[in-house]
Amino acid sequence: MTTEQDFYAAPGDTSQGKVFTVSGQDWDSITQSIGESAEERVVVNMGPQHPSTHGVLRLILELEGETVTEARCGVGYLHTGIEKNMEYRSWVQGVTFCTRMDYLSPFFNEATYVLGVERLLDIEDDIPEKAQVMRVLLMELNRISSHLVAIATGGMEIGALTVMTIGFRERELVLDLFELITGLRMNHAFIRPGGVAQDLPPGALDEIRDFIVLMKKRLPEYAALCNANPIFKGRLEGVGHLDLAGCMALGLTGPVLRSTGYAWDLRKTQPYSGYEDYDFEVQTWDTCDSYGRFRIRLNEMWESLKIVEQAVDRLAGLEGAPVMVGDKKIAWPSQLAIGSDGMGNSLDHIRHIMGESMEALIHHFKLVTEGFRVPAGQAYVPIESPRGELGAHVVSDGGTRPFRAHFRDPSFTNLQATSVMSEGGMVADVIVAIASIDPVMGGVDR
Amino acid sequence: MSDKPDENVDEKVAGKAADESDDKTDSNESARPAEERNLEKAKSETGTGSGVEQPAPDQSPENVPAPTGEVRAFGVRHGMFGTSGTGDTSGYGGLVSAKVFPAAAQKPYGGWFDEVAGALEERLESTELTSAIESVVIHRGEITFHVRREDLPFVAQMLRDDERLRFEFCAGVSGVHYPEDTGRELHAVYQLTSMTHNRRIRVEVSTPDSDPHIPSLVSIYPTLDWHERETYDMFGLVFDGHPALTRVLMPDDWPGHPQRKDYPLGGIPVEYKGGSIPPPDQRRSYN
Repeated sequence: MTTEQDFYAAPGDTSQGKVFTVSGQDWDSITQSIGESAEERVVVNMGPQHPSTHGVLRLILELEGETVTEARCGVGYLHTGIEKNMEYRSWVQGVTFCTRMDYLSPFFNEATYVLGVERLLDIEDDIPEKAQVMRVLLMELNRISSHLVAIATGGMEIGALTVMTIGFRERELVLDLFELITGLRMNHAFIRPGGVAQDLPPGALDEIRDFIVLMKKRLPEYAALCNANPIFKGRLEGVGHLDLAGCMALGLTGPVLRSTGYAWDLRKTQPYSGYEDYDFEVQTWDTCDSYGRFRIRLNEMWESLKIVEQAVDRLAGLEGAPVMVGDKKIAWPSQLAIGSDGMGNSLDHIRHIMGESMEALIHHFKLVTEGFRVPAGQAYVPIESPRGELGAHVVSDGGTRPFRAHFRDPSFTNLQATSVMSEGGMVADVIVAIASIDPVMGGVDR
Repeated sequence: MSDKPDENVDEKVAGKAADESDDKTDSNESARPAEERNLEKAKSETGTGSGVEQPAPDQSPENVPAPTGEVRAFGVRHGMFGTSGTGDTSGYGGLVSAKVFPAAAQKPYGGWFDEVAGALEERLESTELTSAIESVVIHRGEITFHVRREDLPFVAQMLRDDERLRFEFCAGVSGVHYPEDTGRELHAVYQLTSMTHNRRIRVEVSTPDSDPHIPSLVSIYPTLDWHERETYDMFGLVFDGHPALTRVLMPDDWPGHPQRKDYPLGGIPVEYKGGSIPPPDQRRSYN
C-alpha cells in the first residue's frame, strides 16, 4: 500500500515523503511503486517482531539501494522492571527475579548477583567446595546451551536450517540435565547466597557423563557442517567487522572481543568460583568478524565440556558434602526432598519444626519471611557469561532487601556496536552482524 | 538480634557446627544441618534477647564489622521488624538504628590501591585539581573513588590515558538514589577495568536532587552512550554533553523515572480464594 501519509507515525514524527506499508502479498505493487519513485533512500523499520532480530529488537535502517547507510537500534520492548522489583523482595528472593533476565544464561545472572551478595556478607571464603563446583558445572553446561542457541539461531537466519534443528536438539539435552538437577528447564533460582539450593539428585553424575560422551560425538557435526562450508563462510567472513580498538571503545566483551585475538576471559584473568582450579584454554580468533565469533563459540563449547568433565570428577569425590554455607543465619533452613507427589519440603524438616522444636519453627519462619541482613556497602563481581562481562552492582543499606541491584548486561552493551558493524554493508549482513553479537533481549531490557 | 554479645555466640555456634559436622556420618545428613541451624540460631537469639540493649543511633547495625574512622550515615531505621502502619506490640518499635555505610579509608590503602591512588593524585597535583577526589572508600577488597562531579571528565581522562592507570574499559554506569543523603541524593557509579594491569576500580559521583547534572563521559568512554541513557531514563540524571540523551528502556513519553525511590513500584492486589494480597510495595514487610 502506498500513501502519502504514514498511519504508524506517532504524533510529532516526520511523516513526509512516500510511505510504504507492507501488509502481505503486495510485494509486486510495492516494488513497482518504489521503482517509479526517484528516491533511492529508504528507511526500513525492521522489527520489533521479526524472526531474525533475536526477540523484540527494533532496527531502523536507512538504505541506499541495498546498502545500509545508517543503522540504529530501538530497545526496551522487553523491559519488565526486574531491578526495581528486586528492591521489594528479600536478598534470597532476588535470585528468582534476576534468573529471568537473560533467559539463555540464567545461571550466570544468578551467579553474578549471588557473588555480589556474598562479597557484601563477607562469606566468600566460606562457600563449601561442593557448592562452588556445582556452580561451575551448571554455568559451563549453561554456556554450552547458550552457545548452541547462538549458533542455531545464527544459522537459521542465514538459511542454514539444519544447524538450527541440530542446535536445538542438543540444547534440549542440556535443559534435560538442568531439569534433573534444579527441577526446571529455565528460571531456576538455584544458585543462592551461601551456596546452591539443593544437592545433586541421585544419578545426576551418570547422566552428565552420558551427555559428555554424546556431545563429543555431536559437536564435530557442527564443524563438519559449517567450518568449511563455502556458503556459510561466504556469508560470515568479513561481516560485522570490529577490531580491538572498537571493542575497547564500545565496551564489547566476550566472543566479540576474543575474535580480535585478545584473550580476555574473566574466568582466567579474574577467576571466581574456583575457576583457577580447572584446566581449560581461552579461545581466540584473529579475523575480527562473524566467522571468527562462530568458531570461538564452537571451540568454547569444547572447553566447557572439558570443565564439565573435571567438575563431574570432583563432584564424584564430594558425595554428601554440604552445598550451603555453615552460617545458620544465612543458610536457607528448608530442605527439599522428593516425595510420592513430586518435589516438596522434606518430611524430616517439617517434623522437626512442627513437632520437635519451637525454636526451629521460629527461626525457619524468621529466615523465610524476614530473611537475613546484608551489611551496608556496594559490590560488583563480574563473571564471564557466554556473551561477555556480566556483572551485578549490588548496593545494600544494611537491610533485608537489596537497596539497588543493577545488572551490567553484555547484550545491552554489545548491541551498541550494531551501527558500527553494519553501516556501509549490505542489508542482509545486518542480520549476520547482529547474530554474531548474540544479543538476548531479556538481558538487554531487563 | 543486634550488637556485640551476639558475635561471641556466633563464633561458638560456628565452631560447634564445624565440630559436629566432622563426626557426623549418619544417612540423614541432608536434614540434619537444617535442624542444627535452627537450634543454634534459637540459642544465639535467646542469648541476646535477654540483654535487650538499645543501640545508640550512631552505633553500627548488626553484621557491620567495627568500622574504623568516620562512618557515613544515611538516615535511620526505625523499630526492629520494620513494620509500619500496624501495631508493633513487641516493644522494639521505638528502636532507632543508623544506616551506616563504610567509612573513608586512610592511607596506606595496601596492595596496588596505593599505586593507583598515588598515580592519580600525582596527575591531579600537576594540574591543581587536588580536591577532585573527595574520598576513597575501601570495602570488601573493592576501592571506590568519590569524585567531585565537575572534575569527573578530567579524572576519567587521566584514569584512561595515564600509563600507570590505563583503565581503558568502562563496564558502564549505574545510578543509585539515596533520598536520605541530603544534598547528594543521586549517585552515579562507574565500574572501570584496567585490562593492562588487570585491576578494577569504581568511581562514584554524587549530585543533589535539585540539580541532577553530571558531565557526560561518552567522549571518553563511547560505551557509556546507552548506559547514560539508561541512567537518565531510570533516575533522571542529566548527563551534560551526551550526544542524544533520550530514554532507552521506557517509552519516550513515559512520565517519571522509575528507579527512583520516590517512584512507586505499582501493582494491583491479587485475589485468591476470597483473600486479597496487596502489591509488593504495600505489603507489610521487614526493613
